[in-house]
Amino acid sequence: MTAVELPAPKRSSLDVVLRARELGIVLALVLLVAVTTISNPRFLSGQSIRDILLNTAILAVLAVGQAVVVITRNIDLSVGSVLGLSAFTVGTLLQNYPGIPVVFALLVGAGVGAACGVLNGVLVRYGNVPALVVTLGTLYVIRGVTYFWAGGSQINADELPPSFLNFGTADIPWLVILAVVVLVVTAVVLRSYRTGRELYAMGSSPQAAQLAGIPVGRRTIGAFVVSGGLAGLAGVLFAARFGTIDAAAGTGMELNVVAAVVVGGVAVFGGSGTVWGAALGALLLTTIGSALAVLEINQFWQQAIVGGLILLAIGADRLVAVRVAAGLKKRGSHVG
Amino acid sequence: MSAEQLTETRIGRLANWNVAIIAITAVVLVIAAASVNSFGTAQNFGFLVLDLLPIALVALPMTLVIVTGEIDLSVASTLGLSSAVMGYLWNANQPIETIIPVCLLLGAVLGAINGFFVTVLGLPSLAVTIGTLALYRGLAFVVLGDGAVADFPAVYTDWVTGTIAGTPIPNVLIVLVVLAVIFGVILHATPIGRAVFAVGASEQAARFAGIRPGRLKFWLYVASGTIAGLAGVLWTLRYSSARADNGAGLELAVVAAVLLGGVSIFGGKGALPGVIAGVVLLGSLQNALRLSDVSNEALNVVTGVLLIASVLGPNLIRRRT
Repeated sequence: MTAVELPAPKRSSLDVVLRARELGIVLALVLLVAVTTISNPRFLSGQSIRDILLNTAILAVLAVGQAVVVITRNIDLSVGSVLGLSAFTVGTLLQNYPGIPVVFALLVGAGVGAACGVLNGVLVRYGNVPALVVTLGTLYVIRGVTYFWAGGSQINADELPPSFLNFGTADIPWLVILAVVVLVVTAVVLRSYRTGRELYAMGSSPQAAQLAGIPVGRRTIGAFVVSGGLAGLAGVLFAARFGTIDAAAGTGMELNVVAAVVVGGVAVFGGSGTVWGAALGALLLTTIGSALAVLEINQFWQQAIVGGLILLAIGADRLVAVRVAAGLKKRGSHVG
Repeated sequence: MSAEQLTETRIGRLANWNVAIIAITAVVLVIAAASVNSFGTAQNFGFLVLDLLPIALVALPMTLVIVTGEIDLSVASTLGLSSAVMGYLWNANQPIETIIPVCLLLGAVLGAINGFFVTVLGLPSLAVTIGTLALYRGLAFVVLGDGAVADFPAVYTDWVTGTIAGTPIPNVLIVLVVLAVIFGVILHATPIGRAVFAVGASEQAARFAGIRPGRLKFWLYVASGTIAGLAGVLWTLRYSSARADNGAGLELAVVAAVLLGGVSIFGGKGALPGVIAGVVLLGSLQNALRLSDVSNEALNVVTGVLLIASVLGPNLIRRRT
């Protein structure tokens, strides 16, 4: 897949573009909420907002991890399967040892996910296999392993300890708080820490990054571990929120996650975008789902709208990139 | 692969991978026939071909698309939308003789939309076709909801599931063989095929050589969409059931089969005989395991491992030499 190489815009103008990009999603979100609320004021009720935020939390955690990988010019399609495996592992664990504290469950889930991330990262790094192929493969393998293990069995809410379910449904929205913490920590690391900047450098130009002394291999594996770990964490959140877990949990989720990331302005060929954008993308997608129900529009439109949004987002990004490049050339700075 | 084979030229190595994958496929077929009861029967052969058919059909144009260095992940959704529209029109009492061309045309249009985004707007095909994967599948549900349309005319459904009179050869195998020969000849024996390899090896060099990569890719996407549309029609007739979720997830199996067949995901390398072998290998392994009572979902492990191994194996061998 050849990308047309564009001259990299300067930091300052890139910043402006990105800010405008996230502003665009916020505006779309405001517009959507306004229209829906006018047609049905119940949309802005506490319960409805709460549901949207709780559902967003799971998608946002996945999207943050995905953004980290995509920024390095890779992709992780296995997240839906990792979520399923983690949810089932934690569910089984809690079924057998109901006394386990929630924090431990979160750690186990993240650990399972991180192990899957190591597998992806090592195959990409040492096998020299493109991330698309590796994670497509592990999407199958991890889901298959979960089916082997679970068979047709299902873990129901009444088999899980109340303290765990409470974590997902209590008055204090723990899921949302956790997602925000994940988001802020990742955003700060990506923005202000050396490691974070190195990920962007790798995505902009893997060769240049290598020549600049960035440990590309280690960082690649690291990015997959983050994505896997967060997918595992999301699996625990999924279990706590829904209480019912079978081997199919999270099937097809990767599509929504990639959609959220792309809609959020993270370039598919790496090097630009923020986790804020990815999280906003997750919020927008989730809100669209709820708005359709409130507006009494056929739910079947949702997937088509997601697809349309992806095309719109990458089209808009392309347009902006071309404009920025043209503007820089006009100013006579030596690029290209 | 032995060591001396690997020191040969790139073309030699590629040919060897083709030979290797065909040999592996043959071995798997023999082992399956010997160890799994009822694998080698004529009846199972029919089922095997019918199971393989959609993957094999869609893999043909997909091979060309991937050799140019692009990808089309929307094929299964195109199949689903074609099936949904087929059901919708059948419900609206349209004659089947009109519906089938309409579905093929629809596939061509959906492919052209992909081609437009990729070649005219210059967007990355991975992102575009993930977008249209969601879009086309979503539209399929909009068209047909989650219901099913059945009772297609028996003449057509019987033909699709039937065999050539007096032989165990399924009728649909003719369709597959004809199309495989057409795509094989185009890729390996015409200027178009040379252009496909040239674009995949270096788009810029191809352009200097007088090839128009954009136009070439656009028509490959149209071909990919059309064949996916056809696969949708055959899928619907085989099960006599038009559903919006027909073929969901098939794109992964198709990409797996193509890569297993030795096509490089980076473009520029690949051959159609290997791809056919890849499809047969994947399909017969799944068929044999299913006959051995391995659950459908657990088969995913086999597909996934094969997919990774198909790319990892040649890479690791190459590195050692």
